[in-house]
Amino acid sequence: MTIILLLVATLATIALWWLSHQRLMEKPWLETGPAEAFRGVTAGGMPAEKIALGVFLAVVSSLFALFASAYSMRMHMASDWRSLPLPWLLWPNTIVLFLSSLAMGWAQIAVRRGDAASLRKALLAGGASAFLFLVGQLMAWQQLAEGGFYLAANPANAFFYLLTALHGLHLLGGLVAWGRTIVRTGRSTAARWMTLSVDLCALYWHFMLLVWLAILALLLHG
Amino acid sequence: MGEATAKPLDGRGHAEVPEDDLYHATSWWTKYVFSQDAKVIALQYSATALAAGFVALVLSWLMRLQLGFPDSLSIIDQNQYYQVITMHGMIMVVYLLTALLLGGFGNYLIPLMVGARDMAFPYLNMLSYWTYLLAVLVLMSSFFVPGGPTGAGWTLYPPQAILSGTPGRDAGIVLMLVSLIIFIIGFTMGGLNYVVTVLQGRARGMTMMRLPLTVWGIFTASVMALLAFPALFVGAVMLLFDRLLGTSFFMPAIVEMGQPLGYSGGSPILFQHMFWFFGHPEVYIVALPAFGIVSDLISTHARRNIFGYRMMVWAIVIIGFLSFAVWAHHMYVSGMHPYFGFFFATTTLIIAVPTALKVYNWVLTLWRGDIHLTVPMLFALGFIVTFVNGGLTGLFLGNAVLDVPLSDTMFVVAHFHMVMGVAPILVIFGAIYHWYPKATGRMMHEAMGKFHFWVTFIGSYAIFFPLHYLGLMGVPRRYHAMGEMSDIPLSTGELNALVSVAAFIVGFAQLVFVFNLIWSLRHGAAAGGNPWRATTLEWQTPETPPGHGNWGRELPVVYRWAYDYSVPGAMQDFLPQNQPPSAQATRSAAP
Ligand code: HEM
Ligand SMILES: [Cu+2]
Repeated sequence: MTIILLLVATLATIALWWLSHQRLMEKPWLETGPAEAFRGVTAGGMPAEKIALGVFLAVVSSLFALFASAYSMRMHMASDWRSLPLPWLLWPNTIVLFLSSLAMGWAQIAVRRGDAASLRKALLAGGASAFLFLVGQLMAWQQLAEGGFYLAANPANAFFYLLTALHGLHLLGGLVAWGRTIVRTGRSTAARWMTLSVDLCALYWHFMLLVWLAILALLLHG
Repeated sequence: MGEATAKPLDGRGHAEVPEDDLYHATSWWTKYVFSQDAKVIALQYSATALAAGFVALVLSWLMRLQLGFPDSLSIIDQNQYYQVITMHGMIMVVYLLTALLLGGFGNYLIPLMVGARDMAFPYLNMLSYWTYLLAVLVLMSSFFVPGGPTGAGWTLYPPQAILSGTPGRDAGIVLMLVSLIIFIIGFTMGGLNYVVTVLQGRARGMTMMRLPLTVWGIFTASVMALLAFPALFVGAVMLLFDRLLGTSFFMPAIVEMGQPLGYSGGSPILFQHMFWFFGHPEVYIVALPAFGIVSDLISTHARRNIFGYRMMVWAIVIIGFLSFAVWAHHMYVSGMHPYFGFFFATTTLIIAVPTALKVYNWVLTLWRGDIHLTVPMLFALGFIVTFVNGGLTGLFLGNAVLDVPLSDTMFVVAHFHMVMGVAPILVIFGAIYHWYPKATGRMMHEAMGKFHFWVTFIGSYAIFFPLHYLGLMGVPRRYHAMGEMSDIPLSTGELNALVSVAAFIVGFAQLVFVFNLIWSLRHGAAAGGNPWRATTLEWQTPETPPGHGNWGRELPVVYRWAYDYSVPGAMQDFLPQNQPPSAQATRSAAP
């Protein structure tokens, strides 16, 4: 449970940092007065969608950290663990996902420049490569199954399929949001909205890349 | 109310939704059924949760009939007894308490109390309810499948949860796990809303330190639930894999009736870690909203500012953090390194400190207050007593050495029913009596309410207090009948019969409550906008019940904290949060 506890500690630090900006030490019963006096601490500023995504990413981190905890505990709890040979396809897949993330970063630049043509191109590239990654993952599964590494044969296999499936499902969810964004580029959407949509997609993409790298590290570790 | 939301909002936080993205109900269906209005969703959540709770109540009667009169009234056999306790426990904890406190009260109170027009993401909010309903239906469907619901116990421990000796092994356990997974997905949608609305939807001037404690409690509980429910999700998914796909995450090598099963090497302890990493925070996910609500009930009905507001906030936050570091106190009897036992016993006892602090502050708020013994106040007082009682037995169970003999006895059943069964339920009742006038415009019938309180309060003690003694005498938990256990005195049978009678009386008193809920809808006295003369924003809405968009044309502006009761020198004995400071500077004495 070390991994999840480390995550909780990290999140707790962020929460404490945020709380420390909320005037927790002031005496609210003495502070009668107009709102303007407390501008710094009233709600506002960042769009709600961005905060929501941030909170959601914390939830997803918790999910994967728990799986990682289970993984490392199960590995040492019995002597039946046989690490499986990672299919070579995972490496090109990783590069594809990295490029996908990069394309999303490009989209962010394009949307800020107001360059509609490159925005569309960048988004299409980002989505298509994420899709390609998913196909690649399925093929990696096939490689493993052909090699006789079935789900139930060993806990290492079971974790492999479970973790990759879960990551893939999350990416698939991201592709839904991506689809909505790309539809928006076809319409005349306010620039502020377009930027927000692209930013959210990009953030999610980078995050899914990080999660994938963490999974990969876990798989390499044992 | 169309024009209220059509007005361009003041360009902050939640209000940044452009006009055409704001939700307008256009038909009867979108207004009352597929509604995106948090208030309607709140009522849907509450009604569904209460209905599920009623099923769990009926199940508790079946258990009590069996335990009280094992020889004469055999309505359920051993297997059914397991199924009944499992469904009773899980429904009560997850589908009733969690859903009602966060989905019900959270949805109703957060937007109103922080001065928002609605939740940050109304559509997601609606989806959250329907996902929850689906989870309930999937769970309930397990009563009707061949083999019936699972009898694994609400803790669902493998290996027995999925072995063929356990009732409901075929379909019941699968439906239970699937239902939990759906519930968690639905909750995540709701939880994101609760958190973001508190962060981003607050009215002008509503700083975090001006929030009513109800919002602090629900907010912190939502954050905790968002991080803790994934543990149950992981456990459920992996157990489902073991059950359906033959993996060995949790299942060790096992021989079942002479047949070796295909499992090997899995660890049941791993499941326990996952379950309790969720399970312990869950206790506080239920308790923190109750703490918050009780603070507001006490302050309002004693006409006194809450004692030590800042300490109350800190305590909520500290409890929230600490509750992630105590889960293994549920695993003392599973065997662990003595140092771990020591560690978890210590953290468990430390968490008692902020909790006790809250109790002191409630009592000090009452001290010299102008206590009105209204129905909500009675329930709040009942909560304090019950919670202290349950908390004290928690000190016994939190110590590894004492827990070993007490574990799996009725003492444990008594403890957790006091602390997370009766106590939060009392708060929920108090809260319903308190906010019903806002939601419906009518008061609930007072005499019926008082009858409901006294029977429930005294009756709950009659049910659960004797269980402590039964536990000390060695009566085990989850036993259908004692049979030939010679070390347990025969007199325990009489005590058990008495408990069962009390359980039926309490159960039927709930019918009075349900009747009151329905009766008052038409016949209750008109409540007006602010019958309790309370300060918080939900009582200051232009309409009662609040219309769509909550606030009419103007969002409220907040000038003071939530507890300006009996302010010296003020004209009224309460100053609403949105009342501007008057010329004569009035200050409440700092506690
Ligand atoms: C009138 C109210 C209630 C009565 C009469 C009642 C009665 C019981 C009984 C007889 C048992 C089984 C004890 C055993 O043999 O182990 C039980 C178990 C349980 N109850 Fe209740 N209960 C009530 C309300 C609640 C509430 C409000 C909660 C919410 C937290 C709750 C949560 C549980 C849990 C978690 C279990 C354990 C199930 C298990 O062992 O798997 N109960 N209850
Ligand atoms: Cu606990």
